[in-house]
Amino acid sequence: MSVELEAILERIESDSTLTRGMVEKLIRDVGKPLTLMEVCGTHTHAISKTGIRRALAGKVRLLSGPGCPVCVTSDADIDRFIALARMPDVAVTTFGDMLHVPGTESSLAEQRDAGADIRIVYSPLDALGMAEKEPRKEFCFLGVGFETTAPAILATVAEARKREIDNFSICAAFKLIPPALRMIAAHPDLAIQGFILPGHVSAVIGSEPYRFLIDEFKKPCVITGFEGADILQAILMIAGQIKEGEPRLEIQYKRVATKEGNKAALKIMEGMCDVKDSMWRGLGTIPESELKLKEAWKDFDAEHKFSLPPLEHRERFDTAGCRCGDVLLGKIIPPDCPLFAETCNPSNPLGPCMVSSEGACAAYYKYER
Amino acid sequence: MCIGIPAKVIKINGDMGKVDYQGVQRETSFMMLPEAKVGDYVLLHAGFAIKRLSEEDALETLELIREMLKAGEQTDER
Repeated sequence: MSVELEAILERIESDSTLTRGMVEKLIRDVGKPLTLMEVCGTHTHAISKTGIRRALAGKVRLLSGPGCPVCVTSDADIDRFIALARMPDVAVTTFGDMLHVPGTESSLAEQRDAGADIRIVYSPLDALGMAEKEPRKEFCFLGVGFETTAPAILATVAEARKREIDNFSICAAFKLIPPALRMIAAHPDLAIQGFILPGHVSAVIGSEPYRFLIDEFKKPCVITGFEGADILQAILMIAGQIKEGEPRLEIQYKRVATKEGNKAALKIMEGMCDVKDSMWRGLGTIPESELKLKEAWKDFDAEHKFSLPPLEHRERFDTAGCRCGDVLLGKIIPPDCPLFAETCNPSNPLGPCMVSSEGACAAYYKYER
Repeated sequence: MCIGIPAKVIKINGDMGKVDYQGVQRETSFMMLPEAKVGDYVLLHAGFAIKRLSEEDALETLELIREMLKAGEQTDER
């Protein structure tokens, strides 16, 4: 049975007759050019890599959205991570892509070069394993991510409590996608006609949290997988909705995303976290867009454990000319930024969208120049 | 960061288990996917299985694409 699934996935992944056919169909069928937003950074990367953006140029304008967690983490959060890394006897554990993101004055990579104990892990469970092996040292995991990632990190905290590993904590800066989409859909300067919605955030939250995009904003929406064929099919579905004049919330990525989402993951988030306002880099403060550990979990909350000062809701990031904020909002595409590929490039990234490999600027630099 | 990879479940023991991804075996938590069984394909994210991949739905996607392309050939009236 699974041999068959493998064969189907293989066709979706690499059958170029499907992708070519869909590109031709879109070029043939789309009249007035469409402006859509791909919300997720993994989609941005896939769209650049597969050449979809270029193939549909003049017919479908694809703007990148705020769905790169590394890019939207505020510099105040990064400064806080750096403060943790500077503490004696604290090892900071993190996913690798956080390392080079600039805070106000430094980055975690610079701190590591200066001797801070910063360790990259594949899973938060690996960080918990380190804490168990080295009980005299404090291990703090940087809780950066959207709804896809938050449950994994929170489940690790629950596991720490179960296994009585009390030298483990997280510094949580989890962000929520639907409130950011509300802000973008309501933005007066942005004329986005439809949304390519993230597949893996939706695997966790299901389709219903996006319902307001249809009910209140009348925007066609399709929850989408990450292969070229998935993305092209979603664009065709959105184009069809626009043509019919009937916005709907559809799921293209049915093999993974459902209406209900992952109940166990949702229960973990609801049970362990409160929802708070959050500062997004480039987007400003978005109401009720961040998860923070509830009081009952404060022993595992680095903010409490290390008495970190409260976060300022103020954008401090100020690299002259950097327009990451406008890129994250879909106001411009990376080549419109005067720094792009000139002073700002992957070996010398000035803004967060160039730092993260999922950032729109990094994707454009690598595949679309 | 929201990358998920499909991997095959080869062992489950309570909350923990093992998956095989292109020949590489990895410890995986099934805390969020208690219904997973050995032999299933699951989506893996940050060391956790978060969804069982459905063969019927994957096939449906493929067939919908084929239908869309076929419809394009037949009703090219513009």
